[in-house]
Amino acid sequence: MSTPPAGDDRHVPEDRRTEEEPILSVRNLQTVFHTDRETIRAVDGIDLDIYEGETVGLVGESGSGKSVTARSIMGLVDEPGEILPGSSIKFQGEEITGYDTKQYQNLRGSGIGMVFQDPLSSLNPVFTVGNQIREALKVNRGITGEAAREEAIDLLEAVQIPDASRRLGEYPHEFSGGMRQRAVIAMMLACDPEVLICDEPTTALDVTIQAQILDLLRELQEDRGLSILFITHDMGVIADVTDRVNVMYAGEIVEKAPTEELFAAPSHPYTRGLLEAIPGQQAGQERLRTIEGDVPTPNEPATYCRFAPRCPQAFDDCEAVHPELVGVTEGETEHTAACLLYPEDMSTGEAVAYHERLGGDSSGTDESGAAGDGDVAADGGRSTGDRGRDSVDGGDGR
Amino acid sequence: MSEMTQQRGRADPAVVGETLVEVKGLKKYYGGQGVLADPPVKAVDGVDFTIQRGETLGLVGESGCGKTTLGRTLVQLETATEGSVEFDGTDITELTGKQLKQWRRNAQIVFQDPESSLNDRMTIGEIVREPLDVHEVGSPRDRRDKVKDLLASVGLQPEHYYRYPHQFSGGQRQRIGIARALALEPEFVVLDEPVSALDTSVQAKILNLLEDLQEEYDLTYLFIAHDLAAVRHICDRVAVMYLGKIMEIGLTEELYTDPANPYTHSLLSAIPEPDPTVEKERITLPGTPPSPRDPPEGCQFTTRCPAKIRPETHEQLDAETWNAIERFREVIRERSRIDLSIRNRIRRRVGRFSKYDDIDETVADLFDGTGVSEEVMAHVEQAADHVKDGYPNRAREYMGEEFDSVCDTTRPDLYTVSPTNRLSYCHRHTDEYESVDSVLGRQSDGE
Repeated sequence: MSTPPAGDDRHVPEDRRTEEEPILSVRNLQTVFHTDRETIRAVDGIDLDIYEGETVGLVGESGSGKSVTARSIMGLVDEPGEILPGSSIKFQGEEITGYDTKQYQNLRGSGIGMVFQDPLSSLNPVFTVGNQIREALKVNRGITGEAAREEAIDLLEAVQIPDASRRLGEYPHEFSGGMRQRAVIAMMLACDPEVLICDEPTTALDVTIQAQILDLLRELQEDRGLSILFITHDMGVIADVTDRVNVMYAGEIVEKAPTEELFAAPSHPYTRGLLEAIPGQQAGQERLRTIEGDVPTPNEPATYCRFAPRCPQAFDDCEAVHPELVGVTEGETEHTAACLLYPEDMSTGEAVAYHERLGGDSSGTDESGAAGDGDVAADGGRSTGDRGRDSVDGGDGR
Repeated sequence: MSEMTQQRGRADPAVVGETLVEVKGLKKYYGGQGVLADPPVKAVDGVDFTIQRGETLGLVGESGCGKTTLGRTLVQLETATEGSVEFDGTDITELTGKQLKQWRRNAQIVFQDPESSLNDRMTIGEIVREPLDVHEVGSPRDRRDKVKDLLASVGLQPEHYYRYPHQFSGGQRQRIGIARALALEPEFVVLDEPVSALDTSVQAKILNLLEDLQEEYDLTYLFIAHDLAAVRHICDRVAVMYLGKIMEIGLTEELYTDPANPYTHSLLSAIPEPDPTVEKERITLPGTPPSPRDPPEGCQFTTRCPAKIRPETHEQLDAETWNAIERFREVIRERSRIDLSIRNRIRRRVGRFSKYDDIDETVADLFDGTGVSEEVMAHVEQAADHVKDGYPNRAREYMGEEFDSVCDTTRPDLYTVSPTNRLSYCHRHTDEYESVDSVLGRQSDGE
């Protein structure tokens, strides 16, 4: 009844990461929302890699751009939102940002599946659960009739819904919360995806049901070799299920690390603040540490550190220099943080100059992003963006 | 009792030991009146506890366990079906009219969802002032000043008085809800999941605020939550609820570090730790809680309990088979709650009922490959035949006769399990049976 903890085998071996191509690769993703007054840069130039069979976490407070990242990957960003030119999302090596509706539908049908936070709103209330799973099977895999029924029962059993054959004939309102989330996962499995994006799949559930769903996802991952992008604001869940973590703040990724490393040595002041704000860690602790202020709305290109106004360790340069993602120590490539305090082994002055140099090379991207119109500007932005990226990599490699 | 509060080192020694709220045999049922009605929903099914003046009692449990109903009944937003709630010695379930209105000043509630608990058409000032207006406290000018003080004490600005709720973030809205609850200077505040809808860093601020206010205004809290981490931080004592019943109640630290009840064990083991190196023996509970319309006759937790007492005749079954039997019984129980259409009833009468033939698939799914003994399988098939004939109730009784134990038939008592008067609701606390720790320990070793 108790599941043995996953232990060490959870950690993806280093060599695997370097040798294989990532199954999903996001580069310089910029998603903006145009409003009458301003342009909100909900996702502002993030990089993300997901390799086969691993679980990558994306964590941050509400409004940090986690869900928009997921929706950008799925091609679900509509007017007034826009993915800026220069952004790149590659699935199995193929660029998908330029896809038309039809291609996106195919992708969603077979390549990337998504599980949303609220299972009730992702199910149609006027059709039975069986009907909806059979529809997914028919559209995506061309299975119909009795074969579809059999397959639907198998899928419900795969997500551990008891008495599956009767459940097929029931409507979503007859399911409990955890059961609905299982049904949604079953529908996703009907598409046989390579990558599953889970957007806060357990936030609306109780802890005992959450434990069931997390176990289920782990089993499905082992059985089917799924790659999972797991979005949540719960650090406990992140520690439990992910191999790697990306911490997001105001549209940017501020820290990236293998999970154990992140929890053992959180580097960015924001990550530390988040971890310290979790209640109930020690007994008798009198007051919870908090992060002053609120998450800002990113409405202009970042030429400074967006966390600086709330940061306990901020200094003058934080307002003037935009921090780039750099290794926490020089030469470190696995654990990176976007903070002027790093690389740790440089003096502050050196580090600031280092960030300025990196930022100077890639700043073209930001400007073209802000303009957002005109092919020339966009193309120019892309090429400088790439150059900037190269130099970042080079810098890390040194 | 004094040991309890001193352990946390927060409560004022002057107020220790004085009971503010005493709940006895409280029940709240919904529906079920009339001859033809369905059985009632037993949201709260007989709970007893006390809250000391100045302490924070946590109330945790899964959704649907009745914790919100209990909280609402304590402040008389719901009328109790049975039992009493004594507040400072007065039974408030008996109060009516003027007396009730007068008493309400003493007990307030902060609601879970800051989006829906504030009127969008009123300014913040009006919202916080409304309780003062209703109870006609002081002159309009006094009220206005009072509201501004309240806003300041919950960390908002005086100029927020003239703004509308939509101009505030979730955390700020929750602060407004807290200010409104404190307007009448109550002694007792029910906090119904006050931080569930908020981000971790905002949550921390609200929890700190609640602690500060408790000190400043000598408040007594009932803190309802499903987030066990927040409860551990803020509460002196905790009550764990399941399906309308308190499973365990005791000092927070003691309960978290050394839980007695199997449900508390499972609930605590299900919290994901924000530390990837922790190797936790997680008990994943199977299934979902049963319907509160049709709770088990014995212990409420029996259908999912990892430490359930087995009948002597089946003591030797392996865990997998036993689990399959439990899941099969759950399936039957759910089917027995379905109403058949008239057409199907006629078919059943003439022996041509076929709607439930798919139970075979379920049996195959549950029992194939488990190496189940022929004897057990014979019972299962007999029960499946009853289901196929259209009588899941008979199947339920049949399985009950064969596999019921004391857990299914008799309600346990609340047993004292520690010197600090912690209580736990489980048959295993009697000498007759193996202890919970030893059973759960054996299971985790076995795997």
